[in-house]
Amino acid sequence: MSNTALIKEFEAIVGADNVMTSETDRHTYSYDAAVLDSVMPALVVRPTNSEQLGKAVKLCNDNGLPLTVRGAGTNLSGGTIPHPGGVVVLTNGLNRILELNEEDMYAVVEPGVVTAQFAAEAAKRGLFYPPDPGSQTVSTIGGNVAENAGGLRGLKYGVTKDYVMGVDFWDVNGELIHSGSRTVKCVTGYNLAGLMVASEGTLGVFDKIILKLIPPVKAAKSMMAIFPSMKAASETVAAIIANKIVPATLELMDNFTIRTVENFRKAGLPTEAAALLLIEVDGHPAQVEEDAIKVEDICKQNKASEVKVANDAAERDAVWQARRDALPALAKLKPTCVLEDATVPRSKIPAMIEALEEVSKKYNLTIGTFGHAGDGNLHPTILTDKRDKKEWERVEEAVDMIFERALALGGTLSGEHGIGLAKSKFMINETSAGTLAYARRMKSVLDPKGILNPGKIIG
Amino acid sequence: MADINKLAQMLKELDDQLVNCMRCGMCQAVCPLFARTGKESDVTRGKLALLDGLASEMLKDPEGVNEKLNRCLLCGTCQANCPSGVKVMDIFLKARAIMTGYFGLSPVKKAIFRGMLANPKLFNKLLDFGSKFQGLFTKKVDDMLGSSCARFQAPVIGDRHFKALAGKPLHKTLPELNSSAGKSGIKVAFFVGCVVDKIFPNVGEATLDVLKHHGVGVFMPANQACCGIPAISSGDTKTFDNLVDQNLALFEKGEFDYLITSCASCTSTIKELWPHMYQGDSAKRMKLRELADKTMDISQFLVDVLGVKAGEPGGESVTYHDPCHLKNSLGITSQPRTLIKASSGYDLKEMAEAGTCCGCGGSFNIAHYELSKQIGERKAGNIVDSGAHIVATSCPACMLQITDMLSQKKAGVKVKHVIELYAEGLR
Ligand SMILES: Cc1cc2nc3c(=O)[nH]c(=O)nc-3n(C[C@H](O)[C@H](O)[C@H](O)COP(=O)(O)OP(=O)(O)OC[C@H]3O[C@@H](n4cnc5c(N)ncnc54)[C@H](O)[C@@H]3O)c2cc1C
Ligand code: SF4
Ligand code: SF4
Ligand code: SF4
Repeated sequence: MSNTALIKEFEAIVGADNVMTSETDRHTYSYDAAVLDSVMPALVVRPTNSEQLGKAVKLCNDNGLPLTVRGAGTNLSGGTIPHPGGVVVLTNGLNRILELNEEDMYAVVEPGVVTAQFAAEAAKRGLFYPPDPGSQTVSTIGGNVAENAGGLRGLKYGVTKDYVMGVDFWDVNGELIHSGSRTVKCVTGYNLAGLMVASEGTLGVFDKIILKLIPPVKAAKSMMAIFPSMKAASETVAAIIANKIVPATLELMDNFTIRTVENFRKAGLPTEAAALLLIEVDGHPAQVEEDAIKVEDICKQNKASEVKVANDAAERDAVWQARRDALPALAKLKPTCVLEDATVPRSKIPAMIEALEEVSKKYNLTIGTFGHAGDGNLHPTILTDKRDKKEWERVEEAVDMIFERALALGGTLSGEHGIGLAKSKFMINETSAGTLAYARRMKSVLDPKGILNPGKIIG
Repeated sequence: MADINKLAQMLKELDDQLVNCMRCGMCQAVCPLFARTGKESDVTRGKLALLDGLASEMLKDPEGVNEKLNRCLLCGTCQANCPSGVKVMDIFLKARAIMTGYFGLSPVKKAIFRGMLANPKLFNKLLDFGSKFQGLFTKKVDDMLGSSCARFQAPVIGDRHFKALAGKPLHKTLPELNSSAGKSGIKVAFFVGCVVDKIFPNVGEATLDVLKHHGVGVFMPANQACCGIPAISSGDTKTFDNLVDQNLALFEKGEFDYLITSCASCTSTIKELWPHMYQGDSAKRMKLRELADKTMDISQFLVDVLGVKAGEPGGESVTYHDPCHLKNSLGITSQPRTLIKASSGYDLKEMAEAGTCCGCGGSFNIAHYELSKQIGERKAGNIVDSGAHIVATSCPACMLQITDMLSQKKAGVKVKHVIELYAEGLR
């Protein structure tokens, strides 16, 4: 079929306004938040209802057109960088919350619903949706599910997959596939919803998502503990958990990040500290009081030089502002900021920190590290200038080494940013040739023409 | 027209700033335009990517990029919230100047900017004349708001409900002023601004009344030129420089401690754009920097310098709209609220999203009225939902937009400048 005929067909499905063909429009869908080269799609389509979405998927398949679904394009692994000549299917026209059930505590949403807006809507009805990726003000639920996004509350409340009760998705033939249910328990058939989580648009196109909601927490207490060494801070993390306390959040910042944030906000952070832990316990008020005191004690026993407990909302906010400032403050230092996602078992955090120091020295790069200490998910952030070719080569090597080390410590390639294009070449190191072959066989049957986000995850 | 490689070369100037955008996409959360259209080319990240694409010669369609670049309110919300600290306004304004250099200024804009704005005396005359005859073409629609609409189908007016030109602009009632400092011991220069002068002279009068009340001396030279924001946002650096030159020559003649305005757009233009975008000689740029350091919004002056404090709450409820040019460019949000609380007979009642753009965006309103209206309708909805009887703000351009929206909605809410409320209480 000729190009113009195809465009006409897409226009017949979604309306002429929702098919973008100009060079400028296409260029703005050629990248995402990953530091990778952009690739121009041939076409961008924006369905506004379920039926249009299904038809658009089928039309792509009928014509063997590579299809990349795009939510907000905030993933950090190139998951929405289109295949050359492919079609980008935008989901931000599918942004309705279809059902918010207070009695049974679940919601049914379209994939383009923005995470923070959904959480706010749930909160209005007295319910709580815990997954809160740093990008939540813009990221979409579809993107969250496709990346299995996690957030600051991952340690206690889990990540997106822990809230997905069901996913309805379009297969390449334009059949709507149902999975999961509105019930807490469901063992009907294969766990296809589970398969869709972290599938990064390579197995099906989400149409509707059923999400679990929980009752809101009654009370919370935050504190900031100051440590003379990274080792002491990470031992504290292990000690807190060993004492059977699971904080809602347990965040770590290294000295470089502390100094950068302080420079940026002048909020009075201890710039001489080697590490900071930002901790929040939540739950029933009495329990929160008890846990907070215990955590404070554990910190002190583990060489914390000081523990500042927030006494009111303003102080609590100051604690979290420091954490929120980490990325922005680092990002301002250099033109390019490569945010990595190395994740290791909690007990291996000191070893990983050591490895990062080694990487930074070996390749002569500035690396600031912060992250979710509670779940072993660190964000070493390399500050560089992509235009400096020599340095950029060192950055690429450094990234390779970070993954090697994380894997050697029993860790994983990605705690939350996905594999996409950026890390597909490392997949074999964490899994095995057999695993990859299994995944490829599965995909080749479900997507025989290989149109669904080709090149991502499994290469 | 220069060739496209040349354009790319010119845009390369912006490279150091463009590269700071890490493409995180967080601007999608705050851009009022993106909230309406959901198109990546309407949000900062997309526009920056387009400029980058043109600079690196990946794109071959400068017209297309230019068109997208102009679909922007220049509200600065993205810049104020960008985690990477990208100087978005600076990039956009410079890019517009480069684009205008490349494509040339449209004949209509050329006529308006160079023929009219750049010539304050003529501009005043033309509009004085216009104010006499506007009744022939327009009719009143809302007495409370004083808004009008077109009598006949008129392309520029469309279905707008606009504030007509004042019968007697400020420069007619009071062409100039040079009073000495009273009990405050302070003297200020007053930059009136076109919209205050020609459409809301009452705001200018209120400002002068308040200054007098507080014993502040005022230097207000005659024939002030426009601050230049319409020209510079269209990339017309030539007219901009000319206007800045004219104003500098006028204000150089006076001695004063502060330069104040009651127009948020003018304040931010004088403070940020005069020293930064002016391309004249360095001696003049130094002077502009000094002037910029002295420049203040009227509420900021009253609260921070004169120490005006909030009074007892009570009376008619007022809600406050934060003009982008005050909130995003200068970070001023508390002083106008303090001033409302200092105005006797009024009670501040916050609206939802007080700090989001009203959708005016100067020439954006003219070029993209439908979008401008959609953004404004949300603002009007929030104003009405606040339950307040009056909406106050600090920018006459916002007053125009909000008047249009409330008038079309028949909302029954008055639109005032905060200084008017404060002045009333003193009388
Ligand atoms: C500043 C910043 C902070 C971040 N913080 C976190 C964090 O704390 N935790 C975290 O986990 N991630 C984080 N991320 C990464 C990113 O925001 C998440 O991966 C997020 O889930 C992506 O959502 P999105 O809507 O932008 O998806 P996109 O980036 O648009 O897409 C992501 C993937 O999902 C697929 N997809 C999207 N919609 C569908 C659909 N309907 N059907 C099938 N596939 C689909 C796409 O094809 C793509 O492979 C952060 C990113 C940034 C820029
Ligand atoms: S928020 Fe700033 S850095 Fe992020 S995409 Fe927008 S302009 Fe770029
Ligand atoms: S200036 Fe305003 S309208 Fe323009 S891109 Fe930024 S936020 Fe959007
Ligand atoms: S109000 Fe607008 S038009 Fe006027 S002086 Fe300020 S910017 Fe110029």
